[in-house]
Amino acid sequence: MKKLFYSQKAAPYIFVLPFVLTVILFWVGPIANGIKLSFQDVLQDQWVGLRNYQRLLGDRIFWKAVQNSVKYCIWTLVLLIPFPLLFAVMLNSHLMKHANLFKSIYFLPALTSVVVAGTVFRLMFGEADQSLMNQVIGLFGHAPIKWLKQSGTAYFALLTLCCWRWTGVNIMYFLAGIQSIPNDLYEAAEIDGATKFQQFLKITIPLVKPTTIYVLTISIYAGLAMFLESFMLWKGNNSPNNIGLTIVGYLYRQGIEKRAMGYACAVGIVLLILVIIINFIQLILNGTFKKEED
Amino acid sequence: MAGRSIEEEARALQKKKIRRDHGKTAGMMIIFIILAILIIIPIYVLFVASFKPGDDFVAYGLNLNPEFSKWSLVNYDLLFNGDHDYWLWFRNSIVLTVITVVLTLLVSSFVAYGFAAYDFKGKNILFAIVLAIMSVPFEVVMLPLYQQMSDWKLMDSYFAVVIPFLAHASTIFFFRQYLLGMPKSLIEAGRIDGATEYGIFFKLIIPIMKPAFAAMAILNGMNAWNNYMWPLLVLRSSEKYTLTLGLNTLLNPYGNNYSLLIVGSCFSIIPIFILFVAFQKYFVEGMTAGAVKG
Repeated sequence: MKKLFYSQKAAPYIFVLPFVLTVILFWVGPIANGIKLSFQDVLQDQWVGLRNYQRLLGDRIFWKAVQNSVKYCIWTLVLLIPFPLLFAVMLNSHLMKHANLFKSIYFLPALTSVVVAGTVFRLMFGEADQSLMNQVIGLFGHAPIKWLKQSGTAYFALLTLCCWRWTGVNIMYFLAGIQSIPNDLYEAAEIDGATKFQQFLKITIPLVKPTTIYVLTISIYAGLAMFLESFMLWKGNNSPNNIGLTIVGYLYRQGIEKRAMGYACAVGIVLLILVIIINFIQLILNGTFKKEED
Repeated sequence: MAGRSIEEEARALQKKKIRRDHGKTAGMMIIFIILAILIIIPIYVLFVASFKPGDDFVAYGLNLNPEFSKWSLVNYDLLFNGDHDYWLWFRNSIVLTVITVVLTLLVSSFVAYGFAAYDFKGKNILFAIVLAIMSVPFEVVMLPLYQQMSDWKLMDSYFAVVIPFLAHASTIFFFRQYLLGMPKSLIEAGRIDGATEYGIFFKLIIPIMKPAFAAMAILNGMNAWNNYMWPLLVLRSSEKYTLTLGLNTLLNPYGNNYSLLIVGSCFSIIPIFILFVAFQKYFVEGMTAGAVKG
């Protein structure tokens, strides 16, 4: 037995064992259990078939939450992929000075917890005339706004919070990707007379693609599963007219606040399916599967 | 062109290029300085607010005016000498973060080595599962996992907070990327010297992973220190609360303790900031070495 444990054949399985156990105990088990619970009324301990899902289809608040999450997710992709990539390219340029200082500053917000960040942003986007954002629009002669009470401005606040926290992190990811591109490619392009912009289009973008796909994947995940930002910005799970309610917010409301575990699990399964579909489309569009066939 | 030697021509061109480069540097600096200011504003606002009376933020929101006339150390006095659980939560957070980071790095690198160093049956499927889990939000399994922890009588324990995430998919992925670049001869040399498969990992591999450990220590440390959702579900008793949980209990229907919240938030950034500064040197290096490659 001991000999087997130390053999080269058994070793890899021992190495990956913690991961296998994690998958079985904390992913496959709960997902299977979640699927099971989604066909039940947990409080009554009854099987209800598809009733939870039927209810979900007709649940206006749920669809509002889906719409909010998808809208938020798309906006974060638009804001948090091209700009950090561009900033990373500039930070990497030899013309840039004090790059390390800027990197550290941009990374600072990621060190704050969502509780701290959310509270600060809630107070900066406060209703009073003296709150920061109302002062800013006051400079342009605009009357104070109730930022967190209308959908458009509330989204602006949410997205500002998100960009504030994650721009620096995404810059780091892209910077790491850019720095693993061999320098002689750029030198060769330089000799052939390619402009910096052409180099960006023809060398940087294609070669950081794996990083871009990675960032895209985690952004889709994080965007669709956003909850705490909204939870902190509205000091709880209730926003006026549910303008800040997200899919996970709804899951939390049903499962934890209302104790409707079965219904909440159905919400979770729908989120899972949504994430799988979107990532699948993304991977096909990016040709990930094609590449592996070659 | 007459009268100008080729050398002069080249020198003039060079000068023009240098001037153009200076222009570009200045342009980039302006963009980056503006961005840095925008990023610092919320932190500055938080810092300034920590010297102002707590009732002020509720009434007026947060803004940029320092209003020195209102400054006092009352909040800091409350933080250091007041009757509250802040320092207990602070200690809990430190303990939990250290445990989480050390164990996650150890377990995840152990698993990653299995993926990077061996070929074994089922490896591709297992690795595909690593990738799949990276793109599935934890929130999907959150409720069934919560139910499961409660069935297993693990509620209100740090064990339940930490255990599901030790074999952490994205950390495993990162370490594996990093280890793919390690020299295979190292393993062979270890075997010739009579080291066991595990001895090779602990004695030869761990020492060469330092930059990768630094990068992941920062990312996992940030997550653990700022983690909110899962501890919120699992932890029940106030004496086990982490800082993020505790800070958020300061705002409740029975009265808002903004004074302690703001000054406590300010302070909560410090430990993770120290971690970041300490490991920052290795951070980009480690991120680059483990960067997503095609």
